Order: sequence, then structure tokens, then C-alpha cells
Amino acid sequence: MTSADISILLPEIFLAVYAMGALLLAVYTGKDALASKIVWATVAAFVVASFWVAQNGEGTNVAFGGMIIDDAFARFAKVTILLSGAAVLAMSESYMSKRGLLRFEYPILVTLASVGMMVMVSAGDLMALYMGLELQSLALYVVASLRRDSARSTEAGLKYFVLGALSSGLLLYGASLTYGYAGTTLFSGIVDAAGHGELSLGLLFGLVFLITGLAFKVSAVPFHMWTPDVYEGSPTAVTAFFATAPKVAAMGLFARVMFDAFGGVIGDWGQIVALLSVLSMFLGGIAAIGQRNIKRLMAYSSIAHMGFALMGLAAGTIGGVQAMLIYMAIYVTMNIGTFAFILSMERDGEPVTDIGSLNMLSRKEPGKAFAMLVLLFSLAGVPPLVGFFGKFYVLTAAVDAGLAWLAVAGVIASVIGAFYYLRIVFYMYFGEDRDGIDGQMAPAAWVCLMGSAAIMVLGVINLFGVDGFALAAAETLVN
Amino acid sequence: MIGLTHYLTVAATLFVIGIFGLFLNRKNVIIILMSIELMLLAVNINLVAFSAYLGDLVGQVFTMFVLTVAAAEAAIGLAILVCFFRNRGTIDVEDINVMKG
Repeated sequence: MTSADISILLPEIFLAVYAMGALLLAVYTGKDALASKIVWATVAAFVVASFWVAQNGEGTNVAFGGMIIDDAFARFAKVTILLSGAAVLAMSESYMSKRGLLRFEYPILVTLASVGMMVMVSAGDLMALYMGLELQSLALYVVASLRRDSARSTEAGLKYFVLGALSSGLLLYGASLTYGYAGTTLFSGIVDAAGHGELSLGLLFGLVFLITGLAFKVSAVPFHMWTPDVYEGSPTAVTAFFATAPKVAAMGLFARVMFDAFGGVIGDWGQIVALLSVLSMFLGGIAAIGQRNIKRLMAYSSIAHMGFALMGLAAGTIGGVQAMLIYMAIYVTMNIGTFAFILSMERDGEPVTDIGSLNMLSRKEPGKAFAMLVLLFSLAGVPPLVGFFGKFYVLTAAVDAGLAWLAVAGVIASVIGAFYYLRIVFYMYFGEDRDGIDGQMAPAAWVCLMGSAAIMVLGVINLFGVDGFALAAAETLVN
Repeated sequence: MIGLTHYLTVAATLFVIGIFGLFLNRKNVIIILMSIELMLLAVNINLVAFSAYLGDLVGQVFTMFVLTVAAAEAAIGLAILVCFFRNRGTIDVEDINVMKG
């Protein structure tokens, strides 16, 4: 019983033990001198763990009396989280050591945050949900203020902490109401208590508070206000991490709670999620137009992308969840490439974030500029790149579920959003000749940028089979 | 006789006070930390009340987890606040304004 339970959770335990071992090793020996080696060891550990998760059995395994669920959905999300975490760590190593930021705590905190995310996506109980969420959040508050001597970074950490704690409080209040009115914290018990069609008032309040807390974590409008400030203030390498793995985990948790615990009352939460989706798409598209700072711009871009992913969730069907998973996988790949480029933006050794510095980049660095062009077109959803297929799946799912108005709103919002991506392309190819960026790219970041751009082009053939895995994952979640 | 409703009312009141403390307070970040703590404690009252009402221990186990996490959260919050104070020399809420958008 217990050994079978533990064997299901072994990849998480492996990473947690690795994090503690690395912490002890670093503290007792070289401290920050070891930081670079720990980063690469962590990358290796993430890749090992992601293959392990992918091979870790078939079907649905339940551990600890239903508290932890390991199914195709959890495996899909975990592999995405671990691989994106590994890519972000690999490309940020040279950036951070150049800026004197490479402390040994960074890879260890990222590992602990990833363990929290893995627990989040396989949570089958309100307690497992909360513990996973807090393990992730507490580690992320610290990495946001990693640059201890910078007013911006500590302010970003403080804002993230206050709003993150508020959202955890709201989520927890919803969890307590759900527990009280369902009589259990297990998702499988809540779904029985919630029944089909009719929801008691107490459970409805619990559901609304839970959605509010989760919407904070995925930074959906109107709970998005922390995102731009935290993205701008945090060190760029940390921002790259924020924009990838935690978003997948929060989205996975959102889907997990909605379908496993409230799968019988899709009509009740579907409309709330649809509203969050349409607001996020429009605000993300419109507010980014005025931004000159590329990190703030990417923050609004991520808000808009979360709106599209939520559209898949709002559909409430197998196709919708499949579309959401595909969208998240594509979003993460695009963001890794884009942030690999942003990490290399510097002038005279100082990082720059103004998009004006990209003027006429195509003349100086045609390769990088072209890769960035592909990624920006893909982010905007221009066919035939992979980003278009992400949007296509989501819109199809929404139309199939009878949410045609949402799909139409999505198309309009993506046209608005295309403006600010294409403006960067305009600067790179037709801008005026001014002082540009002159940084050299580290090999790992170059591989991430070019690999991500290549995936955006080559993926159009068959999406590398991701749609099949996403379908299997969606089928286990929705039933 | 004090029933479940009374406990839920107290918890809801404390929770709302916590949220208002977070948003209306313009003075001091420490007060924000106190408000967050108030929200979490309101949740604990809820959980314990439900646990007693349902005759189910899970709620009290949950409370233990929440207490532990709240302690860790306060520690991290204070640590970030100390770093912020070193950089800015103030912890007034109005001074958290380097970045705006």
C-alpha cells in the first residue's frame, strides 16, 4: 500500500531529495562557486525526471487514498513543466553569472517550485492542491527578489508576495467552504456532492472563491495586476521562468479542479471562465500596445495567451481541454525562444529592455532577427506557423461547444494583439538606424532561440505528435 | 446555543476585515502582513467549525497544514520586506511605486 503509493510519487521525491542534497552540498562546500555546476546538474535532473514521468506507467494511478492522481493529464503537464524549467535554467546560466546573480539558491528554489508544480497538477484533494500551490508560490516569491540589492527586484518580490498571499487566502477560503458543504476534501467526493446541474449555495460560493484564487495564479483579468510589475522588476532569467512553467502548472491545476471536483456542473463555472477568457484576451491585447519595455510587453502578451487557453477550458469538452493543453505547450515553447532572445539584449554590457533598441537588428544580426520574426509571427498567430494551430484548436473547440461569440471575440482580440508583435518586427526590419543592441548570445540561449523558432516552422507538419498526447490527457480528465 | 452559523459569521467577518485591511491600508506593509494572517486564521476557524460540525477530522488536519504554511509565508514575507527596506529605507505602502503601468 504505502510502497505502491510512494512509487507513484517517486519523481517528485527524487527532485525534492536532490534539492535538499544540493543545498547541503553547496552550503558545506563552495557556496556560490558551485552555482554553475548545480545549474547544469539541475537541468540534467529535470530532464531525467521528465523522462521518468513519461515512462512512469500507463493509465490512471491513485496514491494516498486519492490525494495524488497520476494520469495522462498529470504526465503531460509534468513533462511540459520539467522540460521548460530545464530550458529556462540552461539559457539563464550565462546571463546570471555575467550579472553576478548566479547564487546557488536559484536552481534549488526553481527545483522546489517545480516539485510544487508537479504536486499541483496531480492533486486529487484540496490539501494536496494547497500544499503544492504554496510550495510553488513560496519558492517563486524568493526568486522574484533574487537581486537583493535592487529596489526593482525587491519591490517585484514584495508585490508578488502580497498579491500571491491574497490569492492563496481567497483560494483557501473557497476550499474551506467546499470542504464544509461537500463534507470531504477529496475531489472524487466533491464531485459526488456537487451532483449534476444543481449546486448548493455554499458550494457555489466555494467554487467562486476557488476560481478567483486560481485566476490570480494564471493572471487572468481582472486578477492580473501583479503580472506586469513582477515581470518587469524580476531579473530577466526569473521572468522567463515565471512566463513558462508556473503558467502551465496553474492552468493544469485550474483544469484539474474544474473537471475532477466540479465536473458535474460545467454550466456553472463555464460562464465564469468564458468571461475571464474574453476579458484577458482584450486587456492583454490592448494594454500591450502602449508598452515600450519588452518585459512588460511580454507580461501583457502572457495575459492575452492565458485568455486563449482559458477559452479551451470554458468549452468544457474533451476537445476544449485538448486544445488548452496544446496551446500551453506551444505557448511555453514560443516563450522560451522569445526570452532566450530577451536575455541577450544588452548594450555595452548592460541589459536593455526598450523595444526601440531593436531598430534595424536585421542588418547586424540577420539570423537572430529572423528567428525572432518567426517567433513573433507565431505569438501573433499568423498562419502557417505553429502558434496559429494553437489558436485554431482553441477556437474550434469553442465553436463546437456552442461558444461562437467567444470564438469571434478571440479572433478580434488576436487581430488587436498582432499589432504590437508586428511592431517589433517592423523595428527590426524597417526601423530607423540608431544605437542598437550589441550583446553576444550564450550557446545555450542560442540553441533555445533557434530550436524554438525551428519548432514553430517544422511543427506545422504534425505538431510533433503533441496533439495525440494532449487528446489522451484530455480524455482521462473529462469523462 | 452557539451553532455552526455563528462560527461561519465570525470567520466571514474576519476574512472581510482582512481583505479590507489589505486594500484600504495606505500606511505600512507590516499591516498588510497582519491582514494576510487574519485571512488565513479566518479560514482556520471555518475549517475547525466544519470539522466539529461534520464530525470529520480532515478539517483539523487541514488547519495544521494551513498554520504551518502561514508561518513559512510570514517568514518569507518579512525577509523580502527587510531586503526592500535596505534598498529604499521605507516600508510605507505609498512608496512601493518604482514600477507603474
